[in-house]
Amino acid sequence: MPNTVIAVDGLSKRYRLGHAARHDTLRDALAHRLSAPWRWLRRSRTTEAAAEKPQDQGPAVGGPWSRGPSPEDFWALRDVSFEVQRGEVLGVIGRNGAGKSTLLKILSRITEPTTGRVALRGRVASLLEVGTGFHSELSGRENVFLNGAILGMSRTEIRRKFDEIVAFAEVERFLDTPVKHYSSGMYVRLAFAVAAHLEPEILIVDEVLAVGDVQFQQKCLGKMQAVSRDEGRTVLFVSHQTDAVRALCDRCLWLSEGHITRDGDVHGVIRAYMDSGAALAPAAVVGARGTRLTASTATPTADGAGLSLVLEFESASVLHAPHIGLVIRDSDRRPVLGTNTQMHAPVQSASPSQRQRVTVLIPFLPLHGDDYHVSVYLGDHDEHLLTVDEAVQFRWTPPRPVLHRPPLKDIGPVNTTIEWKFLTP
Amino acid sequence: MTDPTIPSTSLAVESETLVIEAGRADRHYWRDLWRYRELLGFLAWRDIKVRYKQTVLGVAWAVIQPAVQTALLTFVFGKLAKMPDGGVPYPMLVLAGLLPWQLFSSAFSGAGNSLVGNSHLISKIYFPRLIVPLSALAVALVDLFVLLVISLPVTLAFGVFPTWRLLLLPVFILFALIIALGAGLWITALTVKYRDFRFITPFLLQIGLFATPVGYRTDFLPNWRELLSLNPLTGVVNGFRWCLLGTGMDLYASGLIMSVLITAILLGTGLWYFRGTERQFADVI
Repeated sequence: MPNTVIAVDGLSKRYRLGHAARHDTLRDALAHRLSAPWRWLRRSRTTEAAAEKPQDQGPAVGGPWSRGPSPEDFWALRDVSFEVQRGEVLGVIGRNGAGKSTLLKILSRITEPTTGRVALRGRVASLLEVGTGFHSELSGRENVFLNGAILGMSRTEIRRKFDEIVAFAEVERFLDTPVKHYSSGMYVRLAFAVAAHLEPEILIVDEVLAVGDVQFQQKCLGKMQAVSRDEGRTVLFVSHQTDAVRALCDRCLWLSEGHITRDGDVHGVIRAYMDSGAALAPAAVVGARGTRLTASTATPTADGAGLSLVLEFESASVLHAPHIGLVIRDSDRRPVLGTNTQMHAPVQSASPSQRQRVTVLIPFLPLHGDDYHVSVYLGDHDEHLLTVDEAVQFRWTPPRPVLHRPPLKDIGPVNTTIEWKFLTP
Repeated sequence: MTDPTIPSTSLAVESETLVIEAGRADRHYWRDLWRYRELLGFLAWRDIKVRYKQTVLGVAWAVIQPAVQTALLTFVFGKLAKMPDGGVPYPMLVLAGLLPWQLFSSAFSGAGNSLVGNSHLISKIYFPRLIVPLSALAVALVDLFVLLVISLPVTLAFGVFPTWRLLLLPVFILFALIIALGAGLWITALTVKYRDFRFITPFLLQIGLFATPVGYRTDFLPNWRELLSLNPLTGVVNGFRWCLLGTGMDLYASGLIMSVLITAILLGTGLWYFRGTERQFADVI
């Protein structure tokens, strides 16, 4: 079949969260190994007692040195099969933790599948992030070469396309300025411009359009469309923005919990996805060191002016200085408010623990009525452990209604006490 | 399937099929390494550029540190311990030992930190991971050249003149790099897996500075000579002295052969361990 460019057959990927997370240091690994026989003895003597203690769920017991099948084995992908034809633009949607990123990582050869097989025909370029390998101390010109090389372009190829890349990014004047002085918009434009000028037969793109201004996003979408339609390239596109997927793709794959839930015409799949409510359901994400973070639904305060949330984390190992944060985003995924336990020190300080509940109260939430999403994250000391994007979503109704409101995209989401007065002439 | 409707002009040229399966990554490894050689160059170039750009002291650092170390080791071994110098000015003896040591230690610690330092690349882009520690070697090599150029007038001032033996120096430079690579591969793969190896590296280097004859000569220590030869860097240090200090230096052939053997084992096992753990890097980093 000369037209099949990507053939994925029975692809599965298992992560061993328990083991990878627990032995982050040699010290821990040794301690674990040395104490294993003792733990086994103790446990086999008091099996019932151990079973009752929920926080003591180590690896299943199979013998003193055995690792055994761990309950923390996690299948990010399970038996996924599909084919993509030349020139096709395939969208991949699904909530966080559905396996989208894992699929892209396997296709980009960053990680190996546990079982299954993928056949790719032609040169593959993957863009899992904008500006991978950009170095802030280097100038725009230097970064174009560096990033191009990282994305798989040869030096001559970059030199040939250099002017085109710079023109596309609209940064001609700042080429010799270190990119640390760039505005975030310029940075993203330059980074995307390099990627847009790759000439692979297969282009794999993850969530990269979530950054940058709308105008540039349109330009990028246009460029990607041109790449697929006019040059017969195959594109795999993952995005949260169902609008972008709809605009760009002909066909769409909906992943949930590592399986393909639906595969077919983009409009049908997206409609089914939206209808199922999966787009809104909280995600089950497991972060570094086997951490999980869940958030309760956001409840308005008694006077209706504020909002409170309960967050709960659990971890495979003790977090010594846990810190938690959240970012509220509007329906266009623009951040409107961020807070964390380091910015706004908690009333009661955190104690080392494996599991803890944290409440956050925002007594006055100065926002217009709209749908908002809350992303939450967890860290320990200066180590970032996990981010759960869109862990909670809520519809906000301000206590005092606004009279005639222009669209939020024109005025922004902030809604605070404002007094107008016409002065008598 | 019918005839493709889209003209596949240039596509046909590179339309080879890549198969991804568990345990399959090995197949094209060395070919990929060759293909990605430009990336190796770019990563090395980036690190060198950043290193000498970020600090005004960039070059000065590469000089001050060995200068102080030379003075210190000369004082401790030459003056306090009164180790024999065999007629060579003691600072020269130390400097000729410090050059390869400096090369090794910066290549080794650079390689050790390289994967964790480039974790953002590892988790986002495919390339043979071996490129990253290799690029750290290139950075160490540039540092060595800076140091060599600066040491030249100093050696002349001490009345030590280069001979034809200097031409063999590249052989020993390569030797030092291979040792650093072998040890670096071990440490870098272990650092990815066990983060506390970051703290073990400086400790190992501290021991290494004394276990390697940087501050003393081995030819006046007949009882220790064999034992010291187990450290492959001993061969390199003797080689550097033989190349740089001219007459009166002994290459100690049997020790050198020992060094080569141990280096081969180090590199072989290092590659084996690195390649074995490499496929998990993106998952654990």
